Amino acid sequence: MSGINLHGVWALYRFEMARSLRTLWQSLVGPVLTTSLYFVVFGGAIGSRMQQVGGVDYGAFIVPGLIMLSLLTQSISNGSIGIYFPKFSGTIYEILSAPMSPVEIITAYVGASATKSIIIGLIILATATFFIDLDIQHPLVMIAFLVLTAVTFSLFGFIVGVWAENFEQLGFVPLLIVTPLTFLGGAFYSIDMLPSFWRSVSLFNPVVYLVSGFRWSFYGEGDVSIGLSLGITALFLFGSFAAIIWIFRTGYRLKE
Amino acid sequence: MHAMEPVIAISNLGKIYDGGVKALDNVSLTIDKGEIFALLGPNGAGKTTLISIICGIVTPTSGTVIADGHDIIRDYKQTRSRIGLVPQELSTDAFESVLATVNFSRGLFGKTPDPAYIEQLLRDLSLWDKRKSRIRELSGGMKRRVLIAKALSHEPDILFLDEPTAGVDVELRRDMWNLVRGLRERGVTIILTTHYIEEAEEMADRVGVIRDGQIILVEETAAIMRKLGKRQLTLSLQDPMPDIPTGLDDWHLALTDEGHCLLYTFDAHEESTGIPSLLRRMSDLGIGFTDLATSQSSLEDIFVGLVSHREEEPA
Repeated sequence: MSGINLHGVWALYRFEMARSLRTLWQSLVGPVLTTSLYFVVFGGAIGSRMQQVGGVDYGAFIVPGLIMLSLLTQSISNGSIGIYFPKFSGTIYEILSAPMSPVEIITAYVGASATKSIIIGLIILATATFFIDLDIQHPLVMIAFLVLTAVTFSLFGFIVGVWAENFEQLGFVPLLIVTPLTFLGGAFYSIDMLPSFWRSVSLFNPVVYLVSGFRWSFYGEGDVSIGLSLGITALFLFGSFAAIIWIFRTGYRLKE
Repeated sequence: MHAMEPVIAISNLGKIYDGGVKALDNVSLTIDKGEIFALLGPNGAGKTTLISIICGIVTPTSGTVIADGHDIIRDYKQTRSRIGLVPQELSTDAFESVLATVNFSRGLFGKTPDPAYIEQLLRDLSLWDKRKSRIRELSGGMKRRVLIAKALSHEPDILFLDEPTAGVDVELRRDMWNLVRGLRERGVTIILTTHYIEEAEEMADRVGVIRDGQIILVEETAAIMRKLGKRQLTLSLQDPMPDIPTGLDDWHLALTDEGHCLLYTFDAHEESTGIPSLLRRMSDLGIGFTDLATSQSSLEDIFVGLVSHREEEPA
């Protein structure tokens, strides 16, 4: 065998998807319930007393941010557990000894992780329609952003999964870094509402660009231009990909 | 008798782990096609490191390995698709079914599904009735069978068995030996590491002894037994004696069983074993015996002798 190991990619992808199906309720119900509660609290209870933001009702304004919040956390979580678990159980030996290139392994793991995250994102979007009237102005861009973000942060999750040496470390990055960045990334507000100093600080938060771009696909308006959003996201994607290639080249925490 | 066509050629292989531990030191070794090769060595000798490098799990520090004509690093897809590995640890996907995990392994190694082959494989390993069981529900021995099924799922030409019968019962061990012999008959090259030297003695065409990351001996099993094997004569004495009489010093005897037995160790392949002269001298000294028995040293004795001999050598 010297060409692309499509059977291998498919086997690993299916294996990862099957693992999620075994925990279907945990995989789907948790994010949907949490997001629904956000809609009830921020969209319904609080949102009804708030002014429009950028000409959009507050309930509708937070929809892209909430989807992005779930998409980010799910992508990182799925991407990291996918590679961490075989490391933890010892079954990584089979992946490393299989005739699969790093790109094939990444395609399978990240593909499965991104698929799950996109499904969850779409379910949350569907859930939102029960609470809010939605009119998506750029549906293709919305889908493209959904896929790009899911892939990018699944790659990032893969790095976290390789780096983590125990379950505590596995939860460290999503809980202590990604969640705060997401909350401070304009999911619930426009950064234009911040004082100029904090607005400038926010521009160093990569999540701002994701939320802004995703919101642009819904309402045609964002905190930063759509081109900049796409550029920063693509930059993060290539950065993560380069880091993973380095991991496979050096064997960092994968091979002894 | 093994064929002389090499299927694995290891040249000057070295591995130094992070932290400076030298696991392999300039190892060169050739494995012939279709043979069963047993790699013996104490814990930490480098057996698993050597296997792990060939399978792609550990990156070597120096040296090369050619498997079936391909470099294991440059042409890793070609070599890995020909190699199966049964690891030492019982590392399994606990929540998967037996059938699903074996099918997964076949796909992972780039093979199209073959339900008939997989069914036969599971039947051969007495796993067919358990095919729908979750792996976590299986006993340790059955999990070992699952690992073997996974390793064979892609029909490899070369099979590595890292301590395959560690912790399994005698019946399963015999089953595995039969399976390994059956694979050899089909042309599969088998390299196994084992602590059960009886296993190497029973199955291997050749034996390699590794210690401190260095191969200290490679020999055909029969030849090593001939060359290094000793026989022992046990004489049950009519009357126990407190010490060995000085008249018997030439035979370097040992007294055991509280003076009831005399042990004489000899080389069966030497021109003169020394037994007739020993018996004559005992008769002259009036030492009678009621019974005698001979036994052959096992590969284990040889192995222990080799390793302890190396330990005694000056650095």
